[in-house]
Amino acid sequence: MINTELNSGKQTQKPLGHIPSPPSKLKHYLTVLIVIGLLWASAYKTDATFEELILGFPEMGKLFNEMLPPDWAYFKPIIEPMLETIRMAVLGTTFGAILAIPLSLLAASNVVKSKVLFYPTRMLLNLNRTIPDLLTAAIFVSIFGLGAFPGILALTLFSLGLISKLLYETIEAIDKGPLEAMTAVGANKMQWIFFGVVPQISAHFMSYTLYTFEVNVRAAAVLGLVGAGGIGHYYEKTLGFLQYDRVASIIIFTLVIVLIIDYTSTKIREKLL
Amino acid sequence: MIEFKNVSKVYPNGTIGLNDINLTIEPGEFVVIVGLSGAGKSTLLRSINRLHEITDGEIVIHGQSITKAAGKELLKIRRDIGMIFQNFNLVKRSSVLKNVLSGRVGYHSTLRTVLGMFPKEDIDLSLRALERVNILEKAYSRADELSGGQQQRVSIARALAQEAKIILADEPVASLDPLTTVQVMDDLQRINRELGITTIVNLHFIDLARQYATRIIGLRAGEVVFDGPVSDATDEKFSEIYGREISKDELLGEPV
Repeated sequence: MINTELNSGKQTQKPLGHIPSPPSKLKHYLTVLIVIGLLWASAYKTDATFEELILGFPEMGKLFNEMLPPDWAYFKPIIEPMLETIRMAVLGTTFGAILAIPLSLLAASNVVKSKVLFYPTRMLLNLNRTIPDLLTAAIFVSIFGLGAFPGILALTLFSLGLISKLLYETIEAIDKGPLEAMTAVGANKMQWIFFGVVPQISAHFMSYTLYTFEVNVRAAAVLGLVGAGGIGHYYEKTLGFLQYDRVASIIIFTLVIVLIIDYTSTKIREKLL
Repeated sequence: MIEFKNVSKVYPNGTIGLNDINLTIEPGEFVVIVGLSGAGKSTLLRSINRLHEITDGEIVIHGQSITKAAGKELLKIRRDIGMIFQNFNLVKRSSVLKNVLSGRVGYHSTLRTVLGMFPKEDIDLSLRALERVNILEKAYSRADELSGGQQQRVSIARALAQEAKIILADEPVASLDPLTTVQVMDDLQRINRELGITTIVNLHFIDLARQYATRIIGLRAGEVVFDGPVSDATDEKFSEIYGREISKDELLGEPV
């Protein structure tokens, strides 16, 4: 019975009216073509060929062979520079995070309502982000000389750029209800920020800072290449002397440290948000 | 006392929000403002503490013009006016107590409040405010762990901790179910009666307006089209305010 009802329903169904034509797929095809074109052009201009890659395989094998077995005894002398790398990351992240707070508040259009303030702040932050950290480190080394200090400064600037960018975008997306409520209770601007904005972003801020610390440990590991302290200097030294077994030790050590820090930090960040 | 003197508001796009409003609200009144959405209820209420600016006229609160006030003076007038919002406007990640304490910031220096160093009397006051709205046991819960009705009571406690002389409530029950609606309205009424706090509430439920108000103000297209005691606010009057018959969704239903 149900079947017949359904069938009769079908028969009485009105024919579809004007069907809009489905959107053209041309855009997708064009996108794919453009991407392939760009890839080919980039490879052509940089002389990157598969041939070269395949020819390089035996070399890679040779290098790999020389790395094995790693020089296990070499772990001991690199403990101190590894600790220095971590200390540099800790200091750079902390200073950068502290400086990022006022700057991200100044860059957020819902906190600072005047364009005269937030546009220049954003410009400054963008400018800071365009300079690679290895370059800032090199510049600071030429100013302050070799050692961890220029590295810490470079990491500070790098952290500042990363955290303030993430943070000001978070500030702009916060619930404006509590802000309205704080205006209504007669709070001044500082109180308005501390009671309306800060509690809404503090967990994000902690999370971004930890993430930046993860990135900084990896960044700090190569800063030594330009003489800015840390384990990077040992990469340069051992590579220069073709001591690949020692390079292998440093790589393994760095990998272990980075993995431990990434894992811990990710776990903490999961708890935060 | 709140006085509206020839208050008008024209939006930048030319829309008239309020048109030559003249009102006097006496201390201790429980005023309910009714009208269709877009009639200017919210604009009127928010012009009292200057969350919305008016374009013409003057609003005087306890003899002091908020329209002309600036800087610290404005903050001080706002400190004495509690506000309750449709969406509660609590900091969801903060504790209930911290939300209530945020009502006290106007009484202390920036440094003291920013460091969270509220005096013990303030904490006592906030806890007592929470007790008054029957939610003391939630003082140390995070605000987002509470139900809608409970959150709205926290925001009432915030206004109480403010030691406000006036409470403005902008559609305080619009996002609550009928049962909690009655509880929140009861709280507002009790506070109005026991503490003598002047209360002005925007509502769109006609039967709620009749049940709780001592005075009803009807708005239509930014103008006051009714102003009188509940006994005068007949169904016919409401139809006039709304410009049409009262429909079902403007009634909450049987009071619980």
